[in-house]
Parts: sequence; structure tokens; C-alpha cells
Amino acid sequence: MTEKKIRIMVAKPGLDGHDRGARILARCFRDAGFEVIYTGCHQTPEQIAATAIQEDVDLVGLSCLSGAHRYLFPRVVELLKEQGADDIVVIGGGIIPDQDFQTLYDAGIKAIFTPGSPLDTIVRWVRTNIRPRVNL
Amino acid sequence: MNMYFSKNTLDQSARLTANWEDEVRRSAEGNAERKARWSTVSDLEVKRLYTPEDIAETDFARDIGAPGAYPFLRGNQATGYRGRCWTFRMFSGMGSAKDTNTRWRMLLKEGQTGLSTAFDFPTLMGYDSDSPKARGECGRCGVAIDTLDDFLSLMDGIPMDRVTTSMTINPPATALWAMYCAAAESNGVPLTKIGGTIQNDMLKEFIAQKTFMCPPEPSVRLISDTVAFGTQHVPKWNTISISGYHIREAGSTAVQELAFTLRDGIEYVEDVIRRKGLDVDEFAPRLSFFFNAHIDFFEEICKMRAARRIWARVMRDRFHAKNPRSLWMRFHTQTAGCSLTAQQPYNNVVRTAVEALAAVLGGTQSLHTNSLDEVLCLPSDHAVEIALRTQQILAEETGVANTIDPLAGSYFVESLTNRMEEGALAYIEKIDGLGGMIAAIEKGFPQMEIADAAYRFQQQIEAGEKVMIGVNKYENAAKQEIPVLDIDERIEEEQIARLAEVKRKRDSRAVKRDLDALKSACKTGKNVMPFCIEAVKDRATVQEICDVYREVFGEYRDPGLY
Repeated sequence: MTEKKIRIMVAKPGLDGHDRGARILARCFRDAGFEVIYTGCHQTPEQIAATAIQEDVDLVGLSCLSGAHRYLFPRVVELLKEQGADDIVVIGGGIIPDQDFQTLYDAGIKAIFTPGSPLDTIVRWVRTNIRPRVNL
Repeated sequence: MNMYFSKNTLDQSARLTANWEDEVRRSAEGNAERKARWSTVSDLEVKRLYTPEDIAETDFARDIGAPGAYPFLRGNQATGYRGRCWTFRMFSGMGSAKDTNTRWRMLLKEGQTGLSTAFDFPTLMGYDSDSPKARGECGRCGVAIDTLDDFLSLMDGIPMDRVTTSMTINPPATALWAMYCAAAESNGVPLTKIGGTIQNDMLKEFIAQKTFMCPPEPSVRLISDTVAFGTQHVPKWNTISISGYHIREAGSTAVQELAFTLRDGIEYVEDVIRRKGLDVDEFAPRLSFFFNAHIDFFEEICKMRAARRIWARVMRDRFHAKNPRSLWMRFHTQTAGCSLTAQQPYNNVVRTAVEALAAVLGGTQSLHTNSLDEVLCLPSDHAVEIALRTQQILAEETGVANTIDPLAGSYFVESLTNRMEEGALAYIEKIDGLGGMIAAIEKGFPQMEIADAAYRFQQQIEAGEKVMIGVNKYENAAKQEIPVLDIDERIEEEQIARLAEVKRKRDSRAVKRDLDALKSACKTGKNVMPFCIEAVKDRATVQEICDVYREVFGEYRDPGLY
């Protein structure tokens, strides 16, 4: 049996179109050997949660540069939980002021990567913290 | 052929350069250069030295010429900045219309000479503040506008007959411009007197900025409606600002920014001529452009100089424009947001000053300088003031505006300008071959070219081949704390309440009638602008107008290319 690959969904919640970081990260995850799904811009939290479950991903990476992360990020975690998928890990990135970090951690966001984070730091974080989920 | 240099000069140059090269080789062993490859931020290789031979093919009259004359390499205006300084135009908008109006009055008092509006994401995407899609976004990235009432408070006390206003608005441009027209009328200013710009450039949205609503074809049709309406009724308005800024921010190279922007411009000109039957000289003088001033000083200057020359040639040779003003590429510039760093944010003041200097030496007509805190939040009053003062220092202390196009004739600058033009023309030809820009977008061509360039740059940063101070070199563990502007969460509730009040008070039958009339104009191909103006006067909302477009033309979904 071949080892199961980590499946990652990179998602852009809300109306923000700044997708340079999200697209670079999607490509970087692919090059690192992960399976990648990229949603494109303008996804609602509901769409993101539904796709994450349907695609059976292990990790959701949210990217938001519009300042709406305070509502959008926790909402994705909440929806996953409501649908019994709280074993899908959610991380976030974008323009996130320092003072918002704790609120987001408290809401269940496992890690936050802001501009200037080296790609290999993010990849290493994924390898250390994420295991392919076991399907029952 | 009228060569730039005499044969004698070229011979001398060849001889002296050969001697110099021998000298370099002799000293190379003990004195090697610090790295093997030198390149611009866009990864164009730069030689050790430029000499007359690098521009030996340049023809002075054909390629350089004088300011205010074809091919306009040295500027549109015969007197350059000595006649008229560039416009200090700071992009701003936050929270409610009233908050933004307060910031605008501050900026005008501090010597700003034009206004520029940042809208929040719901407004940019054609949703009202009470839409479920707007949750958490209201007033965050710019000002929230739902109805004409908001717009009237935005313009409160602003002399609309004297101050020109730029509005960064794309899919809902018809609705917001209609509000501007209606606000002018309500302030007693005739449409022939108002001046300003709507960005209204949808092609770059599909390529880079991703603020889209309807598919490309009907999006371009709405733009042609505004161009035709402006030509007839609002002669001092720039109905489009063909933008490279966002293409560059998405990670393109300088050549890609230049090429895709100009090819977008060609697409719009073709559409207006075909769809509206206008003569090119009737509307081309009101086309405007918008470029990025990135951190690579000479590359940016050369990009802007090349832009003017290419556009003049395109308008003359491809579209047979006769009016000299049709050949002018007039452009606004913004310094590069993506060159700024959240780490050691005070360094951003220096980056912005260098980028602004490049824009001035490139001959911009108008300039926004980013604030040092824009990587973290909307700019604070203090940060905006430093950014505005940066422009004033350039204009009034440094002497850079004393003479026109001071870098002309530099072997390096002219050679790099030529390379910019050659690179852009190769892309334009390629896109022509794909069937035009809409076809190229549908194939994902410009999107993937930019994605490749952005990824390559990121890898160069990771490898330390390119440097961002504070990010991959000279990092400093100690954080520089700076004050961050916070947008009050209550803005959203207040804005929703205001909108509910307008909806309660308005004549909803009149609104329905206006929207039906707009729908029928969309279907029959009548110009939508007069219908939008009627609708906003009756307090139709931005979303109600955009919902008509969505219904008639359909919605575009991000294909999610990466």
C-alpha cells in the first residue's frame, strides 16, 4: 500500500481578490508533494466548509487580505465543527494584525502565517503537524 | 537612417570599450565581482556597462524626439512639470462616507490636489452592506457606498467643479459614476464641468485583481457604454483607467505589466470603434492609464517612457488616430504595495520615496505614494501625511522637476527603454495571435504568465538571490511597533441601518420601474448610463443595479488557476 498523501485545500474566503499569496502557496504545496485543491477567489465560508468535506482534505489554508478575517476564519471552523469535520485543521494567512492572533487561535485557527513567512517554514509546519486523516 | 551617433563616435566607443574590457579581465582575478549575475527585480539581466553601441540603432527623430511631440517618449507636455506639476492624488477611503469625507478635507487642506476613492469590498463587488456576502467587510478596505445618500455625504463640501476625483471602481462603475453625475447635478454643477476618472477596466480584473462580476464580453460592453456616454455628455471625464498596477502587484514582471496593460487598451479601443461606431479621435483623448512604480529604479523609469512611445505608435499606426491628444498616454502611478514589508515598517518610507522618484523621472501625470503602514492596515493620518510630504519634497525641494526627462540620452536608460518596448511588443503580438485579450484570458494565458513570474520571484527570495531588507536579509528580531488604524465593528451595523432607512423612505415603485428599464437597455444594447442615473436618483442601490447585470449577463467564476 502506498502512503497516503496529505490533502490540502487553499481557499480565499470573502470578497477579497488578493490571491498572489494563495496561488504561490498552492503551487508550493504541490511542489512539496501534497495534493492541492485551490478554490479560487470569492468563496463563502459555507462553500469552503462544504468543499473541504466533500474533497476529504486534511488541512484548509485560508487567505484573506481585506480585514474580514475576524469574521470569516472563525466561521469556517465553526461550520466544519457543526458538520462533524472538526478533525480538518484550519490555518490562516494574509494581512492579520498581531492583536488579532489570539482571537483567531481561540476560535480554533491552528497557525497563522503573515507576509514574509518563508515557504519552507510553512511546508515544515505542515509536515510536522498534519497527518492524512484516517477514513473509517 | 538618422543615427543617434556618428560612425566616428561608434568607432571610438568600440575601441575604448574594448580597452576597458581588457582592463576588467586583467583585474578580474584579484577583484572578482560580488555576484555572477546582475538583474532587475523583474529578472532582466543588466550588463556591467552601457555604451553608445547599445543604442547604435536608435534614430533620434524617430525614437526620442522632443517633449510634447511624437513619439512622446519625453512626455506629452511641451513644458513637462515646469508647466504643470504632477497631481498629488492619495488613494483614500475607509469606514462610512462621513469618515472618508473628513479624511478628504484633511488631505485637501494639507495641499493634496486631487481626490481618489477607495471603496470597501462589498461596493467593489456590487453588493450592498446588508448582503450576507458583505459580512465582516463593511468599511474595512475603503468606504461603504450603497445609495446616492451615502455618495452625497461623501462629496459634502467638496467643490465638484474644481476638484477632480478618481474612483477605483470596476464592475459597478456605471452605478458609481451615475451617483457622481447625480451628485454633481444636485450640487448645481453641470456634467460638462466635472472632471475625474473611473477605473472601469475589467480586463485586468480577470487577469489580476479578481474583482469581477459578469463574464468578459458583457463587461467590456458596459465599459464601451461609459466611453460613449462620456464622449457625448461628460467631456472632461476619463471613463477608463487602463491599469497595470494590479497586474504588477499580482506578481508580473515590468514587461508583462506594460504589455498586458497596453494590449487591454487595444481591446477597449477596438470594442468602442466596433460597437459604438465612434471615430478613434472622438474618444481616445480621454483614455487614461495607471502604472505601478516598483522598487527597481531604472526599470520603472524605462517602462513608463516606453509606455508613452508604444501607445503613440499603436494609436497612429494601428488605429490611424490623427488628433495628437489621441496619441498621448496619460497615466497615474502608485508606488508598489507589494514592495513594502510588514517587518521594520519604517523602511517603507524610504522605498516609497525611491519609487516615487522613479515615477516622476518616468513622467507620471499623477501620483499616489503608499503610507508606511499600508502593509498592515488602512493608513493612519500621520502615515498618510508622511507619504504626501514625500511627494511635496520631491516636487519642491529636490529639483528633479526642473528639467524635462532628465535621463534621456543615457546609454543604459535608452537601451533599457528599447528592451521594454521590444518585450512588450512580442507579448502584444502573441496575444494578437491568440485572438485578442478576451480570448487570451479565456485560455488563461496572461494569468499563468503572471503566476509563473510571481512564483519565480518568490523562489528567488527564498534562495536569497533577490533581497527584501527585513524579510530575507538584515532581519531584526525586535519588532518595530507602529500604531495601526482600526475600523470600528459598529460601522457595519450603522451602515446597514442607514441603508434600511433609505429603502423605507424611497418610492419603491419608481425604483422597480427604473430597474426594469435598465434591464431592457441591457438586453437591447441601449447605453445603460442614462438608466443608471435615473435609478440612483430614485435611490436604487449599487447591488440592485448590479443584480440586473448579473441576471442579464450571468456571473463570472474564478477558474482558480495557479
